Amino acid sequence: MALQSLDITRRSATTTPSPSQRKTQEVVKLIDVSKCIGCKACQAACMEWNDTRDKIGTNHGVLDNPMDLTANSWTVMRYSEVETGRGLEWLIRKDGCMHCADPGCLKACPAPGAIVQYSNGIVDFQEENCIGCGYCITGCPFNIPRLSGKDGKVYKCTLCSDRVAVGLEPACAKTCPTGAIVFGTKDDMIHHAEGRVADLKSRGFAEAGIYDPLGVGGTHVMYVLQHADKPGIYHGLPKDPSVSAMVTLWKGAVKPIASFALAAGVFGAFFHYVTKGPNEVSEEIEKEFKDEK
Amino acid sequence: MTNHWVDIKNANVIIVMGGNAAEAHPCGFKWVTEAKAHNHATFVVVDPRFTRSAAVADLYVPLRTGTDIAFLGGVINYLLSRDKLQHEYVKAYTNAPFIVKEGYEFNDGLFSGYDEAARTYDKSTWAYEAGPDGYARLDVTMQHPRCVLQLLKKHYSRYTPEAVSNICGTPGDTFLKVCELIATTSVPDRTLTFLYAVGWTQHSVGSQMIRTAAMVQLLLGNVGMAGGGVNALRGHSNIQGLTDLGLMSNLLPGYLTLPGEKETDYRKYIGARAFKPLRPGQMDYWQNYEKFHVSLMKSWFGNAATKDNNWCFDWLPKLDKIYDVLQAFELMHQGKLNGYFCQGFNPLASIPNKAKLTAALSRLKYLVVIDPLDTETSCFWENHGKYNDVDPARIQTEVIRMPSTCFAEENGSLTNSGRWLQWHYRGAPPPGDAKPDAEIIAGIFLKLRDMYRKEGGAFPDPILSLTWDYDIPHSPAPEELAKEYNGKALADLADPKDPAKAVLRKGQQLDGFIQLRADGSTSCGCWIFSGAWTEKGNMMARRDNSDPSGLGNTLGWAFAWPANRRILYNRASCDPSGKPWDPNRRLVYWDGSKWTGFDVPDFKPDSAPSEGMGPFIMQPEGVGRLFALDKMAEGPFPEHYEPFETPIGTNPLHPKVINNPAARVFRDDMKDFGKSRDFPYAATSYRVTEHFHFWTKHTRISSILQPEQYVEIGEDLAKEKGIKAGDRVKVRSKRGFIEAVAVVTKRIRPLQVNGETVHHVGIPIHWGFKGIARNGYLANTLTPFVGDANTQTPEFKSFLVNIEKA
Ligand code: SF4
Repeated sequence: MALQSLDITRRSATTTPSPSQRKTQEVVKLIDVSKCIGCKACQAACMEWNDTRDKIGTNHGVLDNPMDLTANSWTVMRYSEVETGRGLEWLIRKDGCMHCADPGCLKACPAPGAIVQYSNGIVDFQEENCIGCGYCITGCPFNIPRLSGKDGKVYKCTLCSDRVAVGLEPACAKTCPTGAIVFGTKDDMIHHAEGRVADLKSRGFAEAGIYDPLGVGGTHVMYVLQHADKPGIYHGLPKDPSVSAMVTLWKGAVKPIASFALAAGVFGAFFHYVTKGPNEVSEEIEKEFKDEK
Repeated sequence: MTNHWVDIKNANVIIVMGGNAAEAHPCGFKWVTEAKAHNHATFVVVDPRFTRSAAVADLYVPLRTGTDIAFLGGVINYLLSRDKLQHEYVKAYTNAPFIVKEGYEFNDGLFSGYDEAARTYDKSTWAYEAGPDGYARLDVTMQHPRCVLQLLKKHYSRYTPEAVSNICGTPGDTFLKVCELIATTSVPDRTLTFLYAVGWTQHSVGSQMIRTAAMVQLLLGNVGMAGGGVNALRGHSNIQGLTDLGLMSNLLPGYLTLPGEKETDYRKYIGARAFKPLRPGQMDYWQNYEKFHVSLMKSWFGNAATKDNNWCFDWLPKLDKIYDVLQAFELMHQGKLNGYFCQGFNPLASIPNKAKLTAALSRLKYLVVIDPLDTETSCFWENHGKYNDVDPARIQTEVIRMPSTCFAEENGSLTNSGRWLQWHYRGAPPPGDAKPDAEIIAGIFLKLRDMYRKEGGAFPDPILSLTWDYDIPHSPAPEELAKEYNGKALADLADPKDPAKAVLRKGQQLDGFIQLRADGSTSCGCWIFSGAWTEKGNMMARRDNSDPSGLGNTLGWAFAWPANRRILYNRASCDPSGKPWDPNRRLVYWDGSKWTGFDVPDFKPDSAPSEGMGPFIMQPEGVGRLFALDKMAEGPFPEHYEPFETPIGTNPLHPKVINNPAARVFRDDMKDFGKSRDFPYAATSYRVTEHFHFWTKHTRISSILQPEQYVEIGEDLAKEKGIKAGDRVKVRSKRGFIEAVAVVTKRIRPLQVNGETVHHVGIPIHWGFKGIARNGYLANTLTPFVGDANTQTPEFKSFLVNIEKA
């Protein structure tokens, strides 16, 4: 059994039913973009807690750094200078895994148990099961998972599942000096977010709102946006993200059949792995996947 | 801070100006977000750049760097001309009704008494008119043409919205919007807080910028109020403690001052500091100066300090001038200062004009550096290619480095911006041979004392008589030092109300500075810290955050100087009758027999309101000063002077007096100031959140988050110069150049100033030739060697550069 409060409710490429005896509360990390000052303390805390370090890079003419998510940087701040009706606004969005209720990565993943979802909603990668195929990257509507050049496995934000399991908030939420990141049950977070939206409206942000997109079943990382009608201005936050038709199909009809093929494929891959290192799913599935794209 | 971090949450309007709190103080900045969330506060940022603070502001207001006095002077003019004052407060608690001496004048940029050759003022006319009783004269109707209010009106009548806009480049309607917002806090139940930092101090007129804000707050009745005040956000975790302990060339601990070279008479020295009251019935707390001073001398020299030898007054150095860091490097540069101890300080990186500093350091015989890090200063003689292009063979300075601990490797207290002394415990042992600073200094001292004992010397007395009774002489413990600052009774102290009783027995720790005596029966290393370590123990280590008023004045949390008081001048939060102006901001009040409340009253506890004592008890007249008398170098009212390097080459208010006429400029530095025809852009230097000064380029995570030196320019200037984001650019001032990556941004906009377009170039300071971040140029290669006329803090914030593609 997983750690207390981390009952696995979904497991990639698996048909074994999930346990359902216990019920934990759904959690949400709420990121209030209107309170974020872009200090990157959350980025630092993420590296500290997870023991990840990117290389010391270079400046690319912007304040963003590292420039993109990597297998070592599971969250980065995205700075957008936008002209709105109010004049110049500097919108700073903390980017990272959204922990979708309906996770495209998990659905796309052909490796049994490489991606799991806990009953509290956290979507977690179990890298020891990851075969490095990268399908999760294609399956993610937010372009989050990153393949490591070092071990050929895919990494992303865990929502600090290890901390949450023992009753702590995620490291970024703990660190954020302005309270732009808060963590709690989904109900509480929605309530909190509604208060924030009301405050923003009173300050003239008529379109302030909560970002919790339905196309992915809602998310366990939500944003408060000053301009919820235009998520795209926040460094390309998708307006209506959804799990691609292919992945849905893959899960709905094809996967039960394909899983058998996959099981064989993975079995083959296992022998392949011990002799040649990490590799991929069966070529048939890969081809199928590509064709659909 | 007059107030403290948590108190920011009580404000209705928050103005960040002369600082960038979100960027440089992200943790304290949370109280701004609290004020917005729970007090529906309006948050305004006034800055040449649209900063990280501006990113979450309700209103961003651009202004040209170095023009804050013009802006705030315009605010004063607005408040006065529209009669938006807290009238009762202004009348009772400021010197607005005081009559100024005949002869005081201001004409064409100069106040009366200017001596051009000496660049100083004879300040004798900057004074009150004395009445027949010897006290200052008042006109409570405030109609007298020479009363402060009328002079104030006259002085700032020139600061019209048009003049402000013309000097600052702030669009007129935006300026008026800010004025309106500020004016809403002139009512008793709304407050404004100003949060500033080195964006005000680091100008040749820095102190006067801060004063202008203080004047605005006095006119609005916002000083002494919860959610009000003028709040300096300090840039290091313990820089407040550094100033408190007097680590300035002209200060003694607790803001006592060293004598000047003419002050050889002890009584006169005390007399000049223990001011006589300027109005009847005033507390005039500095009258106690001698108690603080004698207790300090007893703490230093113990039994050697006696009444007969004037408590060792002759042993104190007598200053011919102040030895601020610019002065020290000037002397070093002239070859007149040949040995330098550099403790927890990286001047090569953090003082202006690197070329001059390198030349100066190269003329030293020896340089001792005490620091946890491999600083640029300690390696000034190493060649690091273009970043530090020196020839080591030609530098003869002997450099001695002594590794010290950092804060997390020792116990001690850090004093935050809100004057809280918070005790902390060591988190890890120091690496290698690193030793606490106290141990290093103790080692040097003991060795010196030994040499003086054995070999004698010109003047061994102060060294041989210095109190040194630590348990382990070569390693004084932080706890012992803290107790020494607090002070103790050297004899049984009789109760002033009942001499038969003793309030303290000999040897006991003092309860606070109220117990200090001028007769040698108390010792105290820093009077304002008295109360921090009493017989009850270490008050700084207290962690009770109960907050009965909800205003955040947690009296059981740590210790705040003075006397655990959280909000200075809090008597002014009540009307003259002793009732709080605002029932929701009840800090203290008169309960019929004494002052009491949720903060430690900043007042004589039993002085009934009817006695008429003023709330500003440190001032001899008991009220806040709109007119500063002779306390400022460049005038009793702040006046707009251009930075020494001005992009417009004139002062629109008085073209004959362009810069601060009282600022000290060394002869050789004058020629190093650039002109706008060669260096057309207004530059300003600053910190960014990812880094802390020149330290965190030594740490991996900070270096990952902001790895490489950059400068910021606006899109228009970039276009003019053909610079794209990510290009390498060369930024040049009269004193040298740096190269960096260009960040091209919408957040810096050209401003229309006096008929010209002024572009700003933003220069973050954090890179250098040591550490693990990408090597870069020291930003202070560019900055000018001139400081504020009162404090000599260098003008890092306003200078001129040119920029081109590298
Ligand atoms: S720590 Fe908070 S304020 Fe700082 S960048 Fe992250 S979300 Fe924004």
